[in-house]
Amino acid sequence: MVIQLEEKYLLEMLDIEKHFPGVKALDHAKLLLRPGTIHALMGENGAGKSTLMKCLFGIYKKDAGTIRMDGEEINFEDPRKALDHGVAMVHQELNQVLHRSVMENIWLGRFPLRHGLVDHKKMYEETKAIFDDLEIRVDPRCIIGTLAVSQRQMLEIAKAVSYHARILVLDEPTSSLTSNEVEHLFRIMRRLCQNGVGIIYISHKIDEIKKISDEVTIMRDGHWISTDPTSVLTTDDIIRRMVNRDMSQRFPMKDNKPGEVLMSVSGLSGRHMPTCIDVSFELRKGEVLGVAGLVGSRRTELLSTIYGTMERESGEIKLNGKMIENRNTQQSIRNRFAMLTEERRATGIFPYGSILFNTIISNLRAYEKGPLLSNKKMGGDTQWSIDSLSIKTPSQKTLIKNLSGGNQQKVILGRWLLTQPDVLLLDEPTRGIDVGAKYEIYELILRLAKEGKGIMMVSSEMPELIGICDRILVMSNGHLAGIVERGKDFGGIENEQETIMRLAAKYV
Amino acid sequence: MYKEVENMSKTKNDVAKESFSKRLLDKALYLILLVILIVIVVINPKFLSLSNIVNILKQASTKGIMSLGVAGIIVLAGTDLSAGRILGLCCAVAASLLQSVTFPSRYYPGITQPVALIWPFLLCIAIAVAFSAFNGFGMAKLHMHSFIVTLGTQLIAYGFCCIYIENQPSGSTQALSSLDARYVRIATGSFKLFGLEIPYLVIVFAVLAFLTWVVWNKTRFGKNMFAVGGNTEAAEVSGVSVTKTIMGVFMFAGILYGIAAFLEGARIQSVGTSTGINYELDAIAGCVIGGVSFNGGIGTVPGVVVGSIILQAINYGLYFLGVNSYLQYIIRGALIIVAVAIDVRKYVVKK
Repeated sequence: MVIQLEEKYLLEMLDIEKHFPGVKALDHAKLLLRPGTIHALMGENGAGKSTLMKCLFGIYKKDAGTIRMDGEEINFEDPRKALDHGVAMVHQELNQVLHRSVMENIWLGRFPLRHGLVDHKKMYEETKAIFDDLEIRVDPRCIIGTLAVSQRQMLEIAKAVSYHARILVLDEPTSSLTSNEVEHLFRIMRRLCQNGVGIIYISHKIDEIKKISDEVTIMRDGHWISTDPTSVLTTDDIIRRMVNRDMSQRFPMKDNKPGEVLMSVSGLSGRHMPTCIDVSFELRKGEVLGVAGLVGSRRTELLSTIYGTMERESGEIKLNGKMIENRNTQQSIRNRFAMLTEERRATGIFPYGSILFNTIISNLRAYEKGPLLSNKKMGGDTQWSIDSLSIKTPSQKTLIKNLSGGNQQKVILGRWLLTQPDVLLLDEPTRGIDVGAKYEIYELILRLAKEGKGIMMVSSEMPELIGICDRILVMSNGHLAGIVERGKDFGGIENEQETIMRLAAKYV
Repeated sequence: MYKEVENMSKTKNDVAKESFSKRLLDKALYLILLVILIVIVVINPKFLSLSNIVNILKQASTKGIMSLGVAGIIVLAGTDLSAGRILGLCCAVAASLLQSVTFPSRYYPGITQPVALIWPFLLCIAIAVAFSAFNGFGMAKLHMHSFIVTLGTQLIAYGFCCIYIENQPSGSTQALSSLDARYVRIATGSFKLFGLEIPYLVIVFAVLAFLTWVVWNKTRFGKNMFAVGGNTEAAEVSGVSVTKTIMGVFMFAGILYGIAAFLEGARIQSVGTSTGINYELDAIAGCVIGGVSFNGGIGTVPGVVVGSIILQAINYGLYFLGVNSYLQYIIRGALIIVAVAIDVRKYVVKK
């Protein structure tokens, strides 16, 4: 088969490099986009897709490499400059001013003016025209916070269109869309392409990619792997190139043996939406129980409701057969629960605290001698944590913000090991961590399982769940869609991913 | 593995390169203040007399004790605008109870025997803790910004203070004076050590600063305070009771305000409706100069002590040089802005 493609490139990104402390995030990364095409950018989480895009928009400064648009070298200092040059991006996380109207959000930073005042009439009419063109049925005057997430996602796309962008980057735009909305989005994308716009489409959903894209670039560990026309690639090809590692090398030997039931959860529902709805399952001693699901499937909410940081509406949690409440975190810790949160920076570390402070903060009662704390005991436990988790730090006094992501994560894991938990709730424990440190975290999780602890692990990385979990809960829109079991259901990696993806879409 | 070690050493080099300018930035404020003090001394070398230094330390003591309280609240990423007026109210109550019993137009003509000092002292603490606990409740339970709650209580405390003073038998709002000699002696008295006269006020300040240091650094409560201030959500997840910690910090501050009020009444010897006004701004400025960050989670007791003393030395120095009192406001205002500008620069995340 001969594929006829235009030989001129709209965007060329060549030999892009980017270092972070302790990690080489991009190593000779490459992306070539032709005008009027949809170019899929694929890779596992952490492969460098988002970092590459952030280098394009000047959110990160690239360390080396060239970026050319229409053959001319460009270096945007910030996303604003990129927009001025017709390069727009729709982010996975929505950055919208929730209390303001739809049209104000779309024209933010460039309100149409008349006599020095904002021209609301013109703003309304122009917004309406774009919406009519894109078949979006939303009143431009309504407050954006009152809209559904999927509608807000579409507005971001409309906003990008309003800039008359020639290059449009969509970062997992379909994660919160229903299938009708996805169809709608695809129609818009095809229309834009007919006008010569080049679209970079980041997604994990292989079937969508095969349906919509013209070319596929695959990245792995910060490297460019391949760029091919979509029509010549099979699903197998794509997965093999994305993963390309023997599962046995990426994950430690799994030698934990689940035993008797440790925790049983029945009919658990949270009080305030969005939250988990009527979830029931059991966690065994020595078991690693994965939690899979799409963005917005409320996996984090499930863990938070168990841990007590989100209020429980109904349902029971039994630990070793005894009913427990977990009304607040103090109670949960006394009941021997531990929670590693998803957003390490926002809810995990105390950035201006030392390693010692960050290690001992959950276990202070153990160090009290009368009213005062024992420096010796605190220092001793911190050293134990540093040694047994091989945390790389110059000293206990180093501020945690100066460590790499992987070492920060180990400090927080150390914090929780000191409280001697029976149930560990781990939310994306390897997010933003380089491959070597990931392996160490996997080893630690399995070591804890062998000690008889029960572990629940939320992850968006399918291979990781399949690699180290005994069973995987699949959440879908707050409901438990099903439980996939190792041995019984685990076969080849594609089968797994398919089963899990099917379950994940069950209640969407 | 090898790669990672290489990268780590690279970051270490970067740290070394940064560190000189960073260290300069850390100390910039102290350098500026030192220059101001040197200028004051050059203009009038008599500034460095023993009596001036004692005066500065005495003034710095009562405000410094307040600063110790406010500092904890700033570590929580909050602030307290009510501290000065709470102090004013407490001062008025203490003074009214401790006027000399021979003074004909005293507040309580019914008091004919001198009141034991301990009762007004405890009353000061009780009133200040009650107000401060209310502030804490507003921040911890009602989730109000501390700026707003304490703005409200500032006005409320001031209203109570004025009504209380106005309620004297003469019906006027004249200042409460002619205080009991025992009470005044707390502020005028001193303790002889190696031939040096050390005012009681300074000793109380030193002891309270040490106690506060112990509470901040050696107790669970102190660690929890830094955790809540440094990252409230992480503190919550880590099992720290955020509500209890915030309430605790405010009540601890209340105790310090009460003590400061009792001492301040004795020091100024005449308590009126304007007593305590804007004290909170000096207290907050002292904290900021001492390196307590408004971002929360950062601050040290020695910093607060040094910050309060330096601020007082500059205030006193400007007064001593006879600088126009309105100009003094301008200089002090500029000083606060410089202090905060430098503080913010230290923690701006560079991309």
